[in-house]
Amino acid sequence: MNALNLIVVAAEEHGESSHNPLIPANYDILWSTIIFLIIVGVFMWKILPMLQKVLDERAEKIEGGIKKAEEAQSEAAAALEEYTAQLTEARAEAARIREDARSEAGQIVAETRESASGDAQRLVETAQKQIDAERQQAIVSLRSEVGALASELASRIVGESLKDDARQQRIIDGFLDDLEAQVSDSKAKG
Amino acid sequence: MANLALGAAMTATSELAADDGESSGIFGWLFYSDGFHAPTVDEFFPPALFGEGTIFEFNRIMLARVIAAAVLILIFWLVARKAKVVPSRGQSVVEMMLDFVRTQIVEQVMDKENAKRFLPFLTTLFLAILAFNITGVIPFINMAGTSLIGLPIIMALWVYILYLAVGVKKHGLGGYLKTSLFPAGVPKGIYLLLTPIEFLQVFILRPATLALRLAANMMAGHLLLVLCFAATQYFFFEAAGAMKAMGTVTFVAGFAFTLFEIFVAALQAYVFVMLSAVYINMAIEEEH
Repeated sequence: MNALNLIVVAAEEHGESSHNPLIPANYDILWSTIIFLIIVGVFMWKILPMLQKVLDERAEKIEGGIKKAEEAQSEAAAALEEYTAQLTEARAEAARIREDARSEAGQIVAETRESASGDAQRLVETAQKQIDAERQQAIVSLRSEVGALASELASRIVGESLKDDARQQRIIDGFLDDLEAQVSDSKAKG
Repeated sequence: MANLALGAAMTATSELAADDGESSGIFGWLFYSDGFHAPTVDEFFPPALFGEGTIFEFNRIMLARVIAAAVLILIFWLVARKAKVVPSRGQSVVEMMLDFVRTQIVEQVMDKENAKRFLPFLTTLFLAILAFNITGVIPFINMAGTSLIGLPIIMALWVYILYLAVGVKKHGLGGYLKTSLFPAGVPKGIYLLLTPIEFLQVFILRPATLALRLAANMMAGHLLLVLCFAATQYFFFEAAGAMKAMGTVTFVAGFAFTLFEIFVAALQAYVFVMLSAVYINMAIEEEH
């Protein structure tokens, strides 16, 4: 309202002025109408629809883009779910296979161990038997040899004069050497 | 400054004949002052360019309007003609203005459906008022197209007829009068008081205030600017001694008011369109 006051004051100061700024002159109305009609006409029937068309097109494109992105996203999510499911399945299967292999391996090991220990038992038994047999044989042969040796030793001792220790010692050494040779002979034979 | 020069030239035309020898050449004219002239209402009734005295009288305010309208249409036509989905810089600015009217004015007042219906007219109204207002601070025009009451009256009348028409179309003549003059939810006795007020509001005050507010603001802005620059001219080239320094003050004031007028130009366009949207919305609302 300050504005109005200012204008009224300005108008009053110039009392001789025939113009009232609040009452339009006829030419003012005429030109205003023409100019405003032209602007409204051009804008409402030409310029704004042209711009609106572009704006609509852009909105459509953006909406289309958003929809496409949403579709892609849901597709990706579905694919991810599928892959995850497949992966879980594959993992479970792998675990199962591993478990099977492990139990099978255990079984194989147990079987192998069993058969191996059987074999060992048999081998030991065979070896034992062989050893027994050989010992028996050794005992028998020793018994006869010891007898023969003893009688030989006795005959030698009797055959030789037993005056000094040196001779005696020599005789025993010679006997033992013979004995040794005999044993190594019999060993070589046996 | 140019406006001042023009104003000075106009007011001085009669006196110039008397003391012709005092001014010679363009600089003589530009830096000449024959005393301080306070701006008057005659500012808004400049001499006719042609058709004086007839209904076709065409003066520099009409010229300002024609220039504003031509530039406005030219700018928007150039932008709209080459509008693309991916906007250029100029197109972005134009779209920003359209967006401002849509989101900050119309959709604040109406629902989206009605906003879409009235948006083209309200956008045109906003751009037109802005263009006519801004000529007030454009050098060599220096006169807002809306500072002469005729154009604000035409625009206010358009809004007036529009809101009456959509109101009657929506509610029927009786229905519209009933909803606007007898608002619901009021005790019966109050209508004695309320109905005359509402009648004044709807049929007289709304369009009158729309037109007056705009024209008065633009006139006042123009008078302020002329006052500041006329004083500056007087202080600088006529006054003696220390009084010359006063010119600096009035010049700075003129500068500030120029910036203020740019703001007022936009603000008044906003207010006019905002109120138009409100009035249209009130006419098509179901109940107040």
